[in-house]
Amino acid sequence: MNAFLSLAAVLAVLLAAYVGTALLDARFLFGAILPYAAIATFLIGFVSRIVDWAKSPVPFRIPTTCGQQKSLDWIRSDRLDNPHDTIGVVGRMALEVLCFRSLFRDTKMERHEEATVVYGPGLLLWIGALAFHYGFLVAFVRHLRFFTEPVPYAVALLQRVDGFFQVGVPPVMASNIFLLGGLAILLSRRFRSPQLRYISLASDYFPLFLLIGIAGTGVLLRHFVRTDIVSVKELAMGLVGFAPVIPSGVHWFFFLHLSLVATLIAYLPFSKLMHMGGVFLSPTRNLANNNRMARHVNPWNPPVKVHTYEEYEDEFRDKLKAAGLPVEKE
Amino acid sequence: MSGARKFDEAEYYRHEKLLAVDYRPPQTGWMDTPVDFRPGTWIYPGKPKHLEYLDLANPRTWSPTDEDWKLPANWKEIILAGIKERLEKYRSFKIFMDICVRCGACSDKCHFYIGGGDPKNMPVLRAELLRSVYRNDFTTAGKILGRLAGGRELTVSVIKEWFYYFFQCTECRRCSVFCPFGIDTAEITMMGRELLNLLGLNVNWVIEPVANCFRTGNHLGFQPHGLNDTLNFFADDIEEVTGIRVDVPMNKKGADILFVTPSGDFLAEPGIYTCMGYMMLFHEIGLSYTWSTYASEGGNFGLFTSHEMIKRLNAKIYAEARRLGVKWIMGGECGHMWRVLHQYMDTMNGPADFLEVPTSPITGTRFEHARSTKMIHIVEFTADLIRHGKLRLDPSQNDLLKVTFHDSCNPARAMGILEEPRYVIRNVCNHFREMPENTIREKTFCCGGGAGLGTDENMEMRLRGGLPRGNAVRHVQKKHGVNRLAAMCAIDRATLSTVCDYWAPGVKVAGIHELVANALVMKGQKERTINLRLQPVGEAEEQPIPEAEE
Repeated sequence: MNAFLSLAAVLAVLLAAYVGTALLDARFLFGAILPYAAIATFLIGFVSRIVDWAKSPVPFRIPTTCGQQKSLDWIRSDRLDNPHDTIGVVGRMALEVLCFRSLFRDTKMERHEEATVVYGPGLLLWIGALAFHYGFLVAFVRHLRFFTEPVPYAVALLQRVDGFFQVGVPPVMASNIFLLGGLAILLSRRFRSPQLRYISLASDYFPLFLLIGIAGTGVLLRHFVRTDIVSVKELAMGLVGFAPVIPSGVHWFFFLHLSLVATLIAYLPFSKLMHMGGVFLSPTRNLANNNRMARHVNPWNPPVKVHTYEEYEDEFRDKLKAAGLPVEKE
Repeated sequence: MSGARKFDEAEYYRHEKLLAVDYRPPQTGWMDTPVDFRPGTWIYPGKPKHLEYLDLANPRTWSPTDEDWKLPANWKEIILAGIKERLEKYRSFKIFMDICVRCGACSDKCHFYIGGGDPKNMPVLRAELLRSVYRNDFTTAGKILGRLAGGRELTVSVIKEWFYYFFQCTECRRCSVFCPFGIDTAEITMMGRELLNLLGLNVNWVIEPVANCFRTGNHLGFQPHGLNDTLNFFADDIEEVTGIRVDVPMNKKGADILFVTPSGDFLAEPGIYTCMGYMMLFHEIGLSYTWSTYASEGGNFGLFTSHEMIKRLNAKIYAEARRLGVKWIMGGECGHMWRVLHQYMDTMNGPADFLEVPTSPITGTRFEHARSTKMIHIVEFTADLIRHGKLRLDPSQNDLLKVTFHDSCNPARAMGILEEPRYVIRNVCNHFREMPENTIREKTFCCGGGAGLGTDENMEMRLRGGLPRGNAVRHVQKKHGVNRLAAMCAIDRATLSTVCDYWAPGVKVAGIHELVANALVMKGQKERTINLRLQPVGEAEEQPIPEAEE
């Protein structure tokens, strides 16, 4: 049900874009107003979300330690999985953000005969996540060629490297294969595993369908619909220069792609996709395990009611004395 | 099995029944599946007298199986205001409410899920119990779209569900190791329990120790004379084993070091042997130290109640160190105690600028890693002694033991003291074997009874939660003949004894300093023919491994 609703929502976006551009010719709405609105929503939403997170203090230093602590000189500490200083934290965060370190640890629990439980490697999620995120990143960077003039050397180079295998004309982009392959893994996990199906909300399926829609329409645009690429660039440069134009050479199918992208951009700050910002602020990962070396200050550390030694001695003085233990007041 | 057994006894549960775990989620969605309070899976509520003593909300007599939980009339307002306040005070809470993608990496990492199959024991879903309310009342999408955005209205049955599942989490943090964003279910459970406490919902097995600790200085409620007698009884036993009378310095001003350990070490086997171990070690090296009756608890069940309560109970340690005029503090073998000492104490009750940087008077080592908190772990201290050759050790005294080591959750995942205990064990035991890689160190499995869940009326959940650990112990028992599980945690020493008796019968639990003390060659000792358990040392016949009922 959740999956169906999400798919329906993505199809509704596609349908609206089709009706709006192919039938009603509202191309300025879909080619200029919608992208600007989406970007404005994204900027405001993203910044306010980060500010909102940052407004809450970090009262305690609570890293999850995943390796040996720094203690005695002759015991080698695990600086990346249990960092005790900033360099270590930067390393840990880099591994987490760039390599998905924690997902790489994943194990898969299996029940065997004779009552044994075994924890085998479970790398499918790590592979799927890595393929998707890097595929998306490369595709994103490649798209900068539409928004820049002259196209930076790095972007052009990436475009060439990505199509290195020279399969087809125009060449198939390796990143697209990773992107769609990764999404297929992530989606099929949710369908195949009864546990994942049970926990999945509509807001888990929606981004997946949306991204599949974006990648799918993108691939179709590149290999099958063959819109006039010069016109698309003209449109993109118009958006960048705040002088939007909708050249007539742009195929209506392009607006399907663009509308899905705009939906993604606008949706992102209000969704779980904010994990891209949140991971940097996660207190179990971005703090050094130097708790006993340097005091962490809690800005709201309130006074609390304690049971003082004096109160304690008043209650137990006779018993302390009977046991021959020293007291403060006789 | 005897039909007369009750649900609070391990023998009541048949292995094949516990092992037949059904991992298939129910037909109804999780928002529409009410909680079932069956005996053996929940804990008796806190008694009103303890709540009153601690000035906690809504003291009354009630039971989770009652229809009416006697909540305050404005319970909903209280909870929503409580959530708001915590979102503003804890970035952790806010971030963890917002960024979960429900990837499921945590789902099969929880010992309760592995042993029980209840989907709400998947860490992700445990957090969703709270997150769904957060989304419904605190996010724009949830306010507009409701259920479609994963929101659900806060009702009494949601509160009942929270009570059941937030007291089915041991705050062990294993899931947070695997989470790609480091979402820590312990943090969520702590928030959940704080909120429940606002309505007077807590369990007696937590709140009675808290009240005891506030009043007498320790969870078990030992009064000063009782504690003094207990430690002197231990001295008698030590004398019987070694021929040496050790001192029991108590509330002694001017000692160099204040020693604080969980009160579980004073009460029952096998913790008491660990305590004897500390006493023998300190005597042998001539350490100037003192026990305290006022700060006679290292553990802190406040951690299982609220942040405020952590601070209220923890305040004693620095206060007592100041009163007694010690130089620094040493802590015994305990799990959650070290979460508090390492991650909370200095922030809450510091700065400890009246103490000195811990320095071993025997080796001269300055424990720079504790230069702010001024408190070190006894296993760090002992590892340093051994490294410097300051102890005479005869590991053959432990030759009857084939030892494996259980990393306790908090020392492993909230501190990272992994190598020190292994170094000590290897120096005091000749036979040491590790359990499988995915069940130790940062991936260690909980005993199933931490965070205030280790009480007998919760036996079914304890055995289920203990399955992954018990299973790994059973593995090394069969493969290597392991018969002793070392652990540096008082709750482990109590609850893992039950878990091992059930899942790996024949394996007994010991603290590290029990093993140290047995191997320790003391100056002027008589010939050591018995160990601290008063069992003969030396040649044993090859013992067959008992068959577990499978």
